[in-house]
Amino acid sequence: MYTTKYIFGFVFIMTSLVALVLSGLFMGWKDQSAINESIFNKRAILGAVNDHLGGKDAQTMGDEEVNAFFDKNVKQIALDMSGTELKAADVISSGYKGGKAEHIDMAKEKKKDEADRIIPLYVFNAGKEEFYIVTVIGNGLWDNIWGNIALESDMSTIAGTSFDHAGETPGLGAEIKDNPTFPARFKGKKIYNEAGEYVSIALKKTGAKASNPHAVDGISGATVTAVGVEEMLARGVKYYEPYFNSIKTTKKSGVRN
Amino acid sequence: MAETLDKDVVVKAKEPLFGKVEKKLLKDPLNDNNPITVQVLGVCSALAVTSMVYPSFVMAVAVVFVCAFSSLFTSLVRNKIPPQVRMIVQLVIIATLVTIVELTLKRFQYPIYRQLTVYIGLIITNCIVMGRLEAFAMANKPWRSFVDGIGNGLGYGAILLIVAVIREIFGKGSLFAGSPLEMKLIGTTPDYFINTMADGSWFGWYANNNLMVLPAAAMFIIGVLIWIQRSYNPKLVDIS
Repeated sequence: MYTTKYIFGFVFIMTSLVALVLSGLFMGWKDQSAINESIFNKRAILGAVNDHLGGKDAQTMGDEEVNAFFDKNVKQIALDMSGTELKAADVISSGYKGGKAEHIDMAKEKKKDEADRIIPLYVFNAGKEEFYIVTVIGNGLWDNIWGNIALESDMSTIAGTSFDHAGETPGLGAEIKDNPTFPARFKGKKIYNEAGEYVSIALKKTGAKASNPHAVDGISGATVTAVGVEEMLARGVKYYEPYFNSIKTTKKSGVRN
Repeated sequence: MAETLDKDVVVKAKEPLFGKVEKKLLKDPLNDNNPITVQVLGVCSALAVTSMVYPSFVMAVAVVFVCAFSSLFTSLVRNKIPPQVRMIVQLVIIATLVTIVELTLKRFQYPIYRQLTVYIGLIITNCIVMGRLEAFAMANKPWRSFVDGIGNGLGYGAILLIVAVIREIFGKGSLFAGSPLEMKLIGTTPDYFINTMADGSWFGWYANNNLMVLPAAAMFIIGVLIWIQRSYNPKLVDIS
């Protein structure tokens, strides 16, 4: 009934039409989608210091407001793994056209060798004090998970966190983002112990004591995601250690930048 | 059945736009021919997404849209589709619509897009959509196929919401969590979500049931729903 020629013709015309429509939509909306994504990321970064935004809430701020607030109060620094600040040209040569820390794609960096990675650091100026917001990425159960950790100026006490994920199960692993109590658990915890050793934060399945400064409650029903968060914090925050050490020594010797 | 529907239209040239047939097409999937409880299609996504009401709701809306429009487009070209490649053609139509939903959300509702990406992709593999294309849209006129698509999307969505409401209340003690309508039903502290037992500070008479959060609970609930439906609806008694 249908000749081979007809079938090939039909399929060819159909796929061409579909491809045309979809690529047209994609290209037409690409710029706005990219802006949406950048604002979404900035909002997540500000979400980590939500208590210190001067009475504002990153979730309820308008898109323009987030953009303006971020550009005004946040200093972006791109670092390499030895803790040296990178110039815009170095970031561009790593493949990020914008040249700023905010353009660094953590998922791309995750695929590189550990020694070759570059990492973004956001210094949020809240008037009286400064917060260092670091970005970490790791593996959840199904896909990447990542987060922004805000450290107080002692570079040990956590001022706030925000987490996100690409495909964790809603109600279980996705709680790291959906459940407001999860990021709040980290507030006031310390990543260095009293002897000054790096200990990171553990997620305890059986529940952590409030008095323990280095552990928080895990997520029930999402063991793999919790293990992922723990690993991501232990490894990812440590990437920033060389830079933090260099600031600490300059501060001690009394030289201000 | 599909053939006779077509002939009916030919005989009576002046059919109302929304007559008896359309009403039946819209109503049947809600009860007598429900895609989940009677046709047993799309159970996989019903188990996976129903732990919370809000994602289930968005999923239901998206399925209604995809189901309706893929039926419409398939029906429009149904006489031109070579049978050898008909499934491929159907899949391309469904996948295109799903991608359009995804791009639209990304452009206009980025936060919701970030929350739902995985599920939107999952609609492509939802058996209901393709099942209706094969069973109905390939043999019926566009308008009726469109109505049938809406009906089946709604039938699917109804079960999804019933299961999600039960699971979210008993699993987390909240309703519509994550949406602007968020309600906290059990407990007053922000701890209502999970780990209510964590520091020994659980409130009232109910501790959140983790079984309800896990997909297995949806299996039980759907089973009970099928049981209830069959004992109330005499038409279903001898079907299987």
